Amino acid sequence: MKTFFPEFKTSLLLTLVFAVLLCGVYPLVVWGAGQALFRDKANGSLILDQDGTVRGSSLLAQNFSSGKYFQPRPSAAGTGYDATSSSGTNLGPTSQKLADSIKAAVASYREANGLAPDAAVPADAVTASGSGLDPHISLANAHIQAVRVAAARHLSVDEVRSLVARHTDGPGWGLLGEAGVNVLELNRALDGAR
Amino acid sequence: MNTPNAWFQFALFVGALLLITKPLGAYLMRVLDTNGRTFLDPVVKPVERLTYRLCGIDPGREHGWRGYTIALLLFSFVGMVFTYFILRFQDHLPLNPQGLAGLSPHLAFNTAASFTTNTNWQSYGGESTMSYFSQMVALTIHNFTSAAAGIAVAAALVRGIARHSAATIGNFWADVVRVTYYLLVPLCVVFALFLVSQGVIQNFKPYTAAKTYEPYTIQVPKTDPAGQAVNGPDGKPVLVDQSVDTQTIVQGPIASQVAIKMLGTNGGGYVNANAAHPFENPTPLSNFLQMLSIFAIPSALTYYLGRMVKNQRHGWAVWGAMFAMFVAGTLAAWKAEANGNPIHQKLGIAAADGNMEGKEVRFGIFNSALFATITTDASCGAVNAMHDSFTPLGGLVPLFNIQTGEVIFGGVGAGLYGMLIFVVLAVFIAGLMVGRTPEYLGKKIEAYDVKLVMLVLMVLAATILGGTAWAAVTDWGQAGLNNAGPHGFSEILYAYSSCVGNNGSAFAGLTANPASGDPHYNVTLGVAMLVGRFLMTIPILALAGNLASKKLIPASAGTFRTEGFTFVVLLIGTVLLVGALTFLPALAIGPVVEHYLMGAGTLF
Repeated sequence: MKTFFPEFKTSLLLTLVFAVLLCGVYPLVVWGAGQALFRDKANGSLILDQDGTVRGSSLLAQNFSSGKYFQPRPSAAGTGYDATSSSGTNLGPTSQKLADSIKAAVASYREANGLAPDAAVPADAVTASGSGLDPHISLANAHIQAVRVAAARHLSVDEVRSLVARHTDGPGWGLLGEAGVNVLELNRALDGAR
Repeated sequence: MNTPNAWFQFALFVGALLLITKPLGAYLMRVLDTNGRTFLDPVVKPVERLTYRLCGIDPGREHGWRGYTIALLLFSFVGMVFTYFILRFQDHLPLNPQGLAGLSPHLAFNTAASFTTNTNWQSYGGESTMSYFSQMVALTIHNFTSAAAGIAVAAALVRGIARHSAATIGNFWADVVRVTYYLLVPLCVVFALFLVSQGVIQNFKPYTAAKTYEPYTIQVPKTDPAGQAVNGPDGKPVLVDQSVDTQTIVQGPIASQVAIKMLGTNGGGYVNANAAHPFENPTPLSNFLQMLSIFAIPSALTYYLGRMVKNQRHGWAVWGAMFAMFVAGTLAAWKAEANGNPIHQKLGIAAADGNMEGKEVRFGIFNSALFATITTDASCGAVNAMHDSFTPLGGLVPLFNIQTGEVIFGGVGAGLYGMLIFVVLAVFIAGLMVGRTPEYLGKKIEAYDVKLVMLVLMVLAATILGGTAWAAVTDWGQAGLNNAGPHGFSEILYAYSSCVGNNGSAFAGLTANPASGDPHYNVTLGVAMLVGRFLMTIPILALAGNLASKKLIPASAGTFRTEGFTFVVLLIGTVLLVGALTFLPALAIGPVVEHYLMGAGTLF
């Protein structure tokens, strides 16, 4: 018992010292260095208009539904693309609800892009991502949508596909992860190209 | 799916892990020795000395196992109370630009227990629950201290094995302070800055409102002026159209927290989607280093073990057993996810794409399966894809990894001391087979030691299975489910496995903090986490004390060698056998039966 109170006091004091160093100094150091070296990225890779209006983040998907835009993956974040409640569907492989939503998404994807009723659909186009904010779609998905977008904008498919290529990220160092087409950046470029 | 490329990435990961194990392990030798010298001494030594002076710590005065345990428990208790009160009253504290409310008592208890025990189970969604102050102070402090305490306990056990006829196993305070100052903080500063360079945010601005390109309409439940949902004549909520033309973008000090959540194998995400969220894990490169940082310290600790007991081959043998199980798990999860879901393929999804539900395009199938395996081999629990949406066998791998006790590299410290439990058991079994008193590195393993080991294994298994059984047959347990059929059972089994194993990942469809305010999940899972941490560490420290006090006996021709191929096989066999015997029945009525039902096209 005679060691109990000194040890208890040490626990309290060390917790306070750690709170100052690890919860105050450490994040502030990272904040200072991050803001100095990578200001844009530390603040959310925001996309700004000429007049400074924030239009989104190049890292976060936002909703696009009309035919002249590339469409991101389905989103389970809040009511869809809600950046304050990131989430997947968390529906399992034998979920009726998931199968129903994939069935509906497959049908509307085929219709929107003029695919045959039995054409295979890229998986990313009809499944929700883990975050609900996945900024990317697969190359296969982008190439199919390029036909529709080109028609809606009276551009040639090749023109649209070259924009797709320009807004394809990764794989990192040419080998890490998978290539992905950044939908928001691509749609901005399309509006600019018009 | 680009298969040769995936194999190459796997080889790259393994190569990088091998490369850092020895240098980091050698560095740990210096950090975990109070008189050790490091290249950081000029900067850190004054801070270390000041900390000792302020807190009344005499680093030269070592603890016996009881003293070490009391210090660990007191420190954990104080930290847990500290976090509980910050969370309860975050609305009265600074750095809360979103005006988020204080947490309910049971959610605050669950979260405080969760972070104190290095679990980082999250019953809440971070971005909609926690203020910047709560994230940065109440939670981050435990990301450091629970990791440091885990490493300290592992070091104490290794000292117990290495020493003989000794009464002490180290000074808890010095271990925690030195691990934090010389190992965790320096690595985290560098790692966090790297993460910012990839796009992880680090600021204190309020959330940003972005004007979106294409406004759209959603249907939301109609509410009366009091904020209550209005029900129509059919009893269902009335829906009204609402136009959405802004996207609210989360901000906050994320990078500093993500760095330590990975290195300390904590795993608690800043945001709900954890490392699947582009703000936590923006690029394949950030993903690669996050995976490597989970395994870095646990892998290095096996080298530390070898050096300390002056038998490097033993350290590598333990590493080899872990590594073999890691590879097997990765391949199984990868194959299951690449094969995809036949039900969805029948609906028209391209079969070659695999199961992309709940996964991010930039990571793809392989990096999602690899991450899931790593995060559950270790007791990290961060996720870059939603395990709940994995195929049944793909989800079985993380679940079984947790149920082995997370000894496949494992949590920082926790992985090594968990594995050493199995080493003692393996040596004991080998001793039984040849009819000799078992020995481990020159120490006789006696009845008391084996009883401690069995106590750990049985308490943990009973808590997982007991908690699962209780929740599965009660209304409050079933109310939280997001999936029906065997998958619903898997959600419950995963939750209790994850909490007792101090992992923290989830089949995240499970709602543990329901809007109704039912506290059952929060309380039972909170207790499960405390049991999983402290009913493991206390017997382990007792074992450390007992081993330290034993006399050394010289090795003879009949001594079972704790190195080489035979030992590795025996160790793997012990881990798998204990895990399989305990959990196979439960796994059979969860993921295994679901696998066959999926093949038959059954939906729930």
